[in-house]
Order: sequence, then structure tokens, then C-alpha cells
Amino acid sequence: MSATDVYRQNHDVAEPRFGFWRRSYAMLVKEFIQLRRDRVSFAMIVMIPVMQLLLFGYAINTTPRNLPTAVLLQEDSDLARSILKALENTSYFRFTREVHDVAEFDDLLKSGKVLFGVEIPRGFERAVRRGDHPALLVAADATDPVAAGSALSALGTVVQTALEHDLFIGDPPSLPFEIRAHARYNPAASSRLNIVPGLVGTILTMTMLIFTALSVTREVERGTMESLLSMPIKPIEVMFGKIIPYVLVGFVQATLIVGIGVLLFGVPILGSLLTLALLSTLFITTNLSIGYTFSTIVQNQLQAMQLSMMFFLPSILLSGFMFPFMGMPVWAQYIGEGLPLTHYIRIVRAIMLKGATIQNLQYDTIALIALMLLAMTIAVTRFRRTLD
Amino acid sequence: MSTIATNAADIAINVEGLSKSFSGREVVHDLSMQVKRGTIYGFLGPNGSGKTTTIRMLCGLLTPDSGEGTCLGYDIRRDADKIKRQVGYMTQRFSLYQDLSVRENLEFVARLYGLPDARAAARDMIDRIGLKGREAQLAGELSGGWKQRLALGACTLPNPQLLLLDEPTAGVDPKARRDFWNEIHALAAEGLTVLVSTHYMDEAERCHEIAYIAYGHLLAHGTVDEVIAKSALSTYTVTGDDINTLSAELLGKPGIDMVAPFGTSLHVSGRDQSALEAAIAPYRDNENWHWQHSEPSLEDVFIDLMGRSRDNFQ
Repeated sequence: MSATDVYRQNHDVAEPRFGFWRRSYAMLVKEFIQLRRDRVSFAMIVMIPVMQLLLFGYAINTTPRNLPTAVLLQEDSDLARSILKALENTSYFRFTREVHDVAEFDDLLKSGKVLFGVEIPRGFERAVRRGDHPALLVAADATDPVAAGSALSALGTVVQTALEHDLFIGDPPSLPFEIRAHARYNPAASSRLNIVPGLVGTILTMTMLIFTALSVTREVERGTMESLLSMPIKPIEVMFGKIIPYVLVGFVQATLIVGIGVLLFGVPILGSLLTLALLSTLFITTNLSIGYTFSTIVQNQLQAMQLSMMFFLPSILLSGFMFPFMGMPVWAQYIGEGLPLTHYIRIVRAIMLKGATIQNLQYDTIALIALMLLAMTIAVTRFRRTLD
Repeated sequence: MSTIATNAADIAINVEGLSKSFSGREVVHDLSMQVKRGTIYGFLGPNGSGKTTTIRMLCGLLTPDSGEGTCLGYDIRRDADKIKRQVGYMTQRFSLYQDLSVRENLEFVARLYGLPDARAAARDMIDRIGLKGREAQLAGELSGGWKQRLALGACTLPNPQLLLLDEPTAGVDPKARRDFWNEIHALAAEGLTVLVSTHYMDEAERCHEIAYIAYGHLLAHGTVDEVIAKSALSTYTVTGDDINTLSAELLGKPGIDMVAPFGTSLHVSGRDQSALEAAIAPYRDNENWHWQHSEPSLEDVFIDLMGRSRDNFQ
């Protein structure tokens, strides 16, 4: 073979054999190298599925038990105590509060601190002995039909069985009193009434997070960060400048979603519109701050997206949006308390469906403010003022 | 304006022993320099020699590992915020917002520095840099030369005392380069201090003073004449036929440190004049070539410095 032939063979411009596969292979090798270099992405490939599967597999429970229940005991009698014991034995109810008047009873249900309230009226035992067949009131927060449903449906039979063992009910095998179950706020058990307010929060979480999660990395990747850092601007000023425009965007978005929910899906707004607007703005700002914090932690836009996804999934699954919050194990509830969506879903359901006021929602409001300040503090301290 | 520390009245930059490493690799080593106010100070050196890192340390974008100094009388470690108010930094890569228009970019800068009337400041700067008629164009759509004018406009907008320009004319055509340098001289005439890094020898010669940095070490500084004089390099310029052959023959001969073609002539240089003369003696009688003792060019000096520093530091 002549030198020219060798040259031709090595520098052939014609289509090589298996050209398609060679070029695909070249691309594939390059992608693998880049993937291996991006340690964080590499870790996330393993971490995300394993962590999330374990997390959600153990946490989600659609037939929740041990639901927090308030008791309004108007008389202290043996019968009353037996009934409460029987209720607790059903394992659906867990008595967490004892209240002394109806107003307090209503407040607890409204604020979402309890899912059920049991009221034993004054003179209950005497009425039973007289054969008056008095009523025992079980009020349920039915905003989430799934959470309340199984407990309510089991109520009659389960209590009867429990009491049979315990007390004087032998023949006739029927309860000498009536259990009057009252599904409050969503008597028709319409899941739409529950889902639509929850969707407000979920959609806002997704959009707000992405807006700011990319904001700092974008400046770094486009090279504008170098110029910005050489000018006299402080981290907190950068943060406010980047968050505030999206608060307006988020507000418009929230109005849109709530508007559609009311007009198309017939979800009521029983509470104050102003409170809803105010707390929605707080929620929007909290999410924007968290997204912004992400963008100060990650190194590129891909990582920012991954981190947002990692935050978004538990927000949907552990916030009480899809599955009853009270049904989760305690450790999962703690995680849930750390997510802004959990608090906002309580807020938005309570205002829209229960007519709750800001006093009823103090705890969740404070929690949102705390999460917002925490995120902002991390963001400001994490923001790199130099290129070191 | 007179609040600036008076003890450093005529020194804009005064740093000593600056060092900086990135992941174990020392990029700047024990660098000291003084830049007088109102001068144009050229910062020369090959790629990766530490020019950008030094500039970034001067304006507070990087923290030196060791060393100290002042910039406009402010401590470069503690007073980065104050330095940033008085320094305009033009980055090597265009770093204004590509998706903002010319005017919007300038107004952004004006507002960041808290100029009383950002719109007016931007309008005046657009006139000054000759971008009138293009103010609504997106910065990303400007050509290289216009981008560079805009970047210069943005960093001079807040009336800085010191300009740090990192290879401002890379990739810009000769006409735009000349205009740019005229502008720099005009600014210096107004009292501005300019530190400019460059690869171009003709630009180095337009500076009042220059410093040469290679492998993180400052190798020479002073005026162009001083740097050439201090180099102790002897150079002969050869003209004639077939200088390529001559070049190939001379290369690597003891006493000859550098052979560089310049168009139709050849620069032959050596650090030791007698050794150089001995080496070229056999060729001087050849009638094909005309030998003339000449001053080394700045480029000769720099390439020699670079070669020597490679031996020393690598």
C-alpha cells in the first residue's frame, strides 16, 4: 500500500462503515464522561429514587388511624367514660384535647388541630337510663373525605361491639343512644372541594420554586455574575431584587387558580378574601425564598432543577395534598411540618371551606414566616460574594 | 471625592506579596506592584499567567491567600465594598446582560451605583460611546466592537477613579482598537488610572508603564524603554534571501537564544552579546544576508522573559 493510500484511508471523507453507530458511540462516550464529572447529578441519580421510595412507601397511608380528636364532656359519668374508651379502642380516634365549651370545640376543628370532636351532652347517662335514646355528637372535619371517611363509616358498628363487651348492653343488641355523625365543611364528601384548594398550593409551589431556583445559577453560567459582583451590591439586595417581581407573578397566578376553582369547580370561599390573599402572598414569598436558596447552593441549572424536583415530590406527597396528613407516621409528619405546602394547604382549605380566620391559623402562619426567614438567612449567608 | 486617603495621594494601586492558589496550583506568586494615579498601566503576559486573577484580587472579587495592599487607599482585604464604588472593572468575557438593551444595561448600572438620574446618565453615556441609534438594541445582538464599547461605557458610567480592563480588545478589529485606545487616553487625561491587560505589543507601547507577568511571577516593569534596556538582550536584524534556511541553521546554536522572523527580516537575539557574536560570525560574511545590530523589540524581550521564566518556574 502506498503512502497516499494510507493517507486516504486515514483521512477518508466518504461515509465510513457503521458511521451511524460510530457517531452515536462518540456522543455516548462524551455524555458518560460529562455525567461522571458532575458528581452531584451522579449522586442524585441514585439518591432520588431510593430516598423517595423509602420515604413515601412508609409514610403514605390512605386509611389513617389515631386521628386527633377533641372531647367536649358535659357530664362526667361511667357511661361517658366507657363510650370514650370504646371510641378510642376503635383505633381511629386519639383524644388529644379536652375542651369545655362549644366555641373552643369549633375553633379546634376550624384550625385543623383536631379532625374530630366528640360531644357528650349534659344528662346523657340519665337520658339513656330513661330510654330517651339521646344523641351523641361526633363532628368530623370532612374537608379531606379520605381522612374522615373510614372513621365515620366504622363508627356505629365498632362502637357497639366495643360497648357490648364493656357494659350493660346485652339484649336488645342495639345502642341505647344515637350516634349523630356530622361531616362538617364538606358534607357531600366531594373530593373536588378538597383537591382544588390543595391544587392552589401545589401549583404555586412548582412554579415559584423554578422561577428563583434558576436565578443565581443563570447569572453564573452566563458570566454576568462577575460583573454584578464587581459592583457595589449586597447579597440581600440581590435576593430582594430577584424575589419581589415574582411575588407579583405568583399573586396573579394564585388569583387565576382560585378564580377558576370558584367559577368552574364551585369551591366556596367562606372566609375572608383578604386573609386568603395575604397568606397566599406569604406562601408565595416563602417558596420563592426557598427556590432562591437552592440557586445559591447548586452549581448549575441542571442541579437546580433536580433539587427543585427533590423538594417538590415530598411537598405533594407529605403535605396532606394527596394523602391524609394525620394518617402518616409521626416522623413523616415532622418532615411535613417542614414543608411550606403543608401549612398553606391547611390555611387555604380552612379559609375556603371552613371560613377560618387568621386567629385560627396562627400556628401555620408563624410556621410559614419561620420557614421563609430560615430560607432567606441561608440564602444570604450562602451567597458567594467573591469568585473564590 | 477628597475623602480618599491622602497618604496614598499619587498611588492608585499598591500591593505587596500577593499570592493565590486554585486547588493547589499557584496562579499568582508573591506579586508586588505600584501604579501611579493618572497613568495607563499595561499588564502583559501569556495566557494563564495570572493577569485575570491579579485584577480580580485588586477589585475584591478574589481574596488573596497571602499578601496585602491598597487600591485607591482602601485595604483590598477589608474594604472591598468601598473599592467597588470607585473601580470600574471590565471583564474579559462580555458580562453585561445580553437580553437587556444597551440603554437598559446602562440604566441598571447607573441605578446600582445610585446615580441621581439614571436615565440621564445612561443617555449621556450612549452619546459618549457613540451608540446613539442603537440604544434599544439588545446587548447580545451587538457586534464585538460595539459590545466592547458598551462594556467600557458601563464601567466608566459611575465615574470611577480606577479602571481595570481585562483584555478589553481581544477579538476586536484594528479600527475599533484604535478608537478604544484613544478613549482610554482621553480618560487618563481626565485623571483616571487605567490598568489594562493585553496581548498586543502595539497596545503595550501605548501604555505609560508596563508590567510583564508569566507563570504568576512579575518579571519586569517600568516604561517600555526601561524594560527593553533592562533586558540586556542583544539583537541583530537580518535581511536578505532565503532567511528561512538561515533561521533553521541558527536555531539552537549556543549563544543564540531566540530566532524570530518578522516579515522579510529575521531577529536573532542572545542574552550574552559576545556569545551571540561568536555564534553568528560564520554567517556574517555571507553576501546573501545583511546583518545589522538593532534594539530588541518589546516582543523579543517578552518572549525571552517567558522562555527564561519557563526554565525557572516550571
